[in-house]
Order: sequence, then C-alpha cells, then structure tokens
Amino acid sequence: MKASAIRSVFAAVQEEGRAALIPYVTAGHPVGDSTATVLQALADSGADLIELGVPFSDPLADGPTIQGSSFSSLQNGTTVEDVLAELKTFRAERTTPVVLFTYLNPVLHYGLEDFLSDATECGASGLLLTDLPVGADCEVERTVAESPLDFIRLVAPTTRAERVPEIAENGSGFLYYISRAGVTGARSQLRESLSDEVAALRSQVGLPVAVGFGISTPEQAREVGRASDGVVIGSALVRIMDESGVEAGARFVARLRAALD
Amino acid sequence: MSKITQMQSDRFGSFGGRYVPETLVGALDEVAVAYAEASGDESFQDELKRLNTSFVGRPTPLYHAERLGGAAGNRDVWLKREDLNHTGAHKINNTIGQALLAGRMGKRRIIAETGAGQHGVATATACALFDLECVVYMGEEDVKRQALNVYRMQLLGAEVRPVNSGTRTLKDATNEAIRDWVTNVDSTHYIIGSVVGPDPFPRMVRDFQSIIGREAREQFLECLGRLPASVVACVGGGSNAMGMFHPFVYDESVELVGVEAGGSGIESGQHSASLAAGTPGVLHGSLSYLLQDSDGQVLPAHSVSAGLDYPGVGPEHSHLKDMGRVRYTFATDEQALGAFHKLSELEGIIPALETAHAIAYVLEHGASVSGPILVCLSGRGDKDVSHVAEVEGRGGFF
Repeated sequence: MKASAIRSVFAAVQEEGRAALIPYVTAGHPVGDSTATVLQALADSGADLIELGVPFSDPLADGPTIQGSSFSSLQNGTTVEDVLAELKTFRAERTTPVVLFTYLNPVLHYGLEDFLSDATECGASGLLLTDLPVGADCEVERTVAESPLDFIRLVAPTTRAERVPEIAENGSGFLYYISRAGVTGARSQLRESLSDEVAALRSQVGLPVAVGFGISTPEQAREVGRASDGVVIGSALVRIMDESGVEAGARFVARLRAALD
Repeated sequence: MSKITQMQSDRFGSFGGRYVPETLVGALDEVAVAYAEASGDESFQDELKRLNTSFVGRPTPLYHAERLGGAAGNRDVWLKREDLNHTGAHKINNTIGQALLAGRMGKRRIIAETGAGQHGVATATACALFDLECVVYMGEEDVKRQALNVYRMQLLGAEVRPVNSGTRTLKDATNEAIRDWVTNVDSTHYIIGSVVGPDPFPRMVRDFQSIIGREAREQFLECLGRLPASVVACVGGGSNAMGMFHPFVYDESVELVGVEAGGSGIESGQHSASLAAGTPGVLHGSLSYLLQDSDGQVLPAHSVSAGLDYPGVGPEHSHLKDMGRVRYTFATDEQALGAFHKLSELEGIIPALETAHAIAYVLEHGASVSGPILVCLSGRGDKDVSHVAEVEGRGGFF
C-alpha cells in the first residue's frame, strides 16, 4: 500500500471520532482570486482534505454550478499548468492533502505520465477522473495506479454489487460514494436509504468511504458524517464563493467543520 | 493494483471505449446485452423490417443523377436517396431501431440530442409511434437556426429543452443529454443520434444505419452489374457515412471518401473537420479524433450546417482513417452552398446542407474518378431553405 497522506488524514479523523471534511473548489474560480489563496483559506477553516477541480470544457458529470465555475475559469484562461503552479504555491504554505478532480481529456492531452509526475511534484496527493470508470482503460488505469498519487475511484447507487470489490481493489486513498444518480449539485433533501447504502459499502471494502454529490448544509454534512468516513461539499461551496466571495466560503467551511466535530 | 477486467472488447483499434461516469456503467451494460439479444432475435428483426418498409419507406431508391454527373465530368453519378425516408433523412433508420430496443428494455422515457433537428424529429417521430415520452436537448443557437424543426418536434409531442451552456450547440446538447441520462438512468433510454458516444452506441447505430450501404450495394450490382469505384458521404458525427461505408469496407476495389465540414477553411480554424485537422482525445464517452486546444479543452466547431457542427467524430471513422481504408477530406461552407444550389437546379433535389458537402466533393473531383460514383444523399434540404436564404442575404422565412 502507498504511504499515503490521504490515508493518514482518515486515520487521524477516525481517532477523533469524526468524518473528514472534504471541500471541493474549481481551480481559477472565483475569477480574480488566486487559487493558492483559496486553498489556504479552506485549509485554515478546517478542511481535512481538498478536492481541486481542474476545469474541462465539457464537464458532463457536473451540474450547473460547477459547470459555471469551470466555464468562467476557462474563459479567464486557466490552463492545467496554472493549476499545478497554484497547487505548488499552496503546498509550500500548508500540508492539507489535495486530490485533483478532473476529466480524462486534459490529462491525456498534457501527457499522462508527465501529468502524474508534475502533479506529484507540485504536491498533489490523489487523482480522481470522473469519466474513467474501473475497467474502461486498463493501460491508463495501470499507469495512474503505479504513480505516487492515490487513485480515487467512484461507486454510484447504480453500481452493481459484483462490481464493488473490483472498484475497491483498484482504488486507493478513499472510495468516493456518489449519494444519488445524477450530476453534481446542491440538493435540499438526501435520500433516506443513503446511510444504509454507505454502511453496506463500508463493511465491504478496505478503504475509507467519503460521500459526495448534493450535500449542501451543515445539517446534511453532520447526518452524512455519522454514516461515512468523509463528506465532500462541492457545488454549495462553489456557489457561496461565487456569490459572496472566498471569505464567505471559508466561513461556510468552518460551519461545516463544526457540524462534524 | 490488482488485475482489472477490461470492460468490453468492442473498440475500433485503439478508438472508442466507455469513458463515462460510474453511474452509467450499468446502463451501458444493459443496453449492450439488450442489443445483443435483439440482434439475434428474429421477431425483433422482423418488426424492424416491417417498420422500415411500411413506416420509413425503405428500400430507398438508387437514382442515376445524369445532369449532376454532367456537371461533375463523370456520367455515372448515383444517389442513394435517404432523403426520401419518412422525416427526410437517414436519421430515422437509427431511431426506429433504438426505440424498439427501449421497448424491450422496458424504458418508457426517451432522451436525445439534436443539432440541425433532424435526429430530434426522427426521435420524436419514433416516440410518437411507440407512445414513449420524449425529451430532446438542443443548443440555444440551433433552436434559433432551426426553428422549423423545433416546431416539428413539438407537433410530434416531444419536449424541446434549449441548452444554454458552453457553445450552445450540438456538443453542449450532448453533454446535457448525458447529464439527464445520469440522473434518470432507471427510467430512461438515451437515443444517441450518431455513431458517437460510449460503446455500444457507435456499433449499434452503425448497424442500424448499415441498411443504407447494404441496399445500395445490392442495387448497384443490380443496375450496373458492378461495384462503384468510389463511395462518397458527408461526415459530422458520421452515421450516414458509417452506414454507407460499412458494407463496402471489405470491397478493396471500392474507394471510400468521407467529406467533413471545412467551414471557412481549415487554416481559418473555423471548421468541423475533426479527422482532417483534429487529434485523438476523449469526448462524450469515447476516444476519437477531436478538435481541441493545446490544453485539451474541446474547441467549438463551425459549419454552415448545424448537423455537421460537432468537434468530435465516431470512433470507427478514426480507426478507418488510421488504417487508411477511408480517405477523409472536406468541403467548405462556400462549396457546400454552391452544391446546394447546383443539385437543386440540375436534379430537382434540394439536399440538406450536410449532404451538400458530399455533393460539393463530387462536383470538384468527379472527373478524376474512373468509374461510377455512389453518393449518400443523406437528407433533404427543406429544413435549410430559410437558413440558406438568410446566409445569402435574402432574409429568413421562419
């Protein structure tokens, strides 16, 4: 198993008897704020782990909020190199692990091996590719798995039970459980069966299980945190930062953290 | 890492695949299984054949276009008249097949993406026929460019949802349809309109469209006692071309030519010629040639014809290009518009602007082909009349 900063985080929060708080932000958003500063604000507000979205022109797994943040970031000229440079700046200041969250094409175009080594050098701890399910491309998957980065894989409510062990075996760091069939985006209600599904998944796999998609309030974070090892907050945070700025986003993260403590 | 089982073997060389969110993996398996079962089921094939005959109007004629041939400098130019299908294009060959399949899978809700609106109309038509709920995603730009087809879809009982994200064209309508499918995957089947998307769509759509080439090949042998020297079709996503080419792929004497949309010219950067000017990349679930920038972001495509205005292309075309089996070239907006007029005046056939790209190629290069040419006349141009009038400064009609 990899000597993983991400696994250390999960081990530490488990000691504290709580779930890890995993905020998501899109690199280059809000336009005008440096991403390194945004990451620092999240780290200082209680984030245990951060998902950093590398924007893609066609984010087909994302709802309107993250689509919008990706679009404005790209319109402003954000490149993959820019994202890695910001990450490097952040890494010089803070130790909070960062998972790069993106789609396959920008990574392939950058050059898979170059991307993996540059991302590692700039201080990334993990990689999540939303459009690369387990088994879709063994060669690419093997290359990512052999890199120092943790390879974060997803399990959906529609994933057939017999597929779960293979996904778990081919992921590392943690397993990302998608709370509902659909794209990213805040929801006012979580599904009632969610806690049971997460419990079943945790009993089955040897990785921590974080839950994301649709979690938008401290109350929901607390509820999901009781059943899981980690809670991902994406669209709700992106929207707050979009509308009210990075400081408001940081305050929101602090409230989420308080709900998990 | 432990051993991974590769999901499927149905790639085209290195192209294709299933690059989709995990949520869709099960649904793609389900479609692949249902399609394999249907392919081997005589009752499915009989039903498809019956509808193709009595509802779609197949077989479509093979027509000797003598005046067009005269203008092209080749007396043997033959048109496969897919424009005479019900709804006016080849698109319905696929939608009837997939709607039948949706019925077998117990899916009562259908979604589709559309550019020019032809696939949207063909999907809405199949849904009316089978009493299925139908939602069509269409870029806001295309909703404006193709107002007539929007109304046709609505008449047929479909809901048209304008898409205002990204470039507001076919690419973004496809993103939105995939998002809908991810969200409603239990109740819904996604009828993709071309030989694009994740496996099994490219091969399934090809199979439904291959009736074009099978009929044409047989008709050609019957009429001329030989195979064509050259087969020409326009390529956007590439479904009419794939359907036409596929039955000829192993006929080594037959040259296959795909004509992409050259827009304002390749050097202008304003075009949709993914095969001529793109590089391999992943979009909408498969690896194929793609128009992308230096950072792997997908570039907006451009074409006077909304149906070719797509930055990707079917993965099997990418394979056929790399194998050297099909030659891909392009025609510009200007050449296509010229051909649009020429075919109307010479043959009394108003072609779709998409199809006009293939005609433009024949007008330009027909004389250099020694032997008969078969062209896929993929659709009729009624939908484009207003747009062409507008482009040519006469004002639109709708």
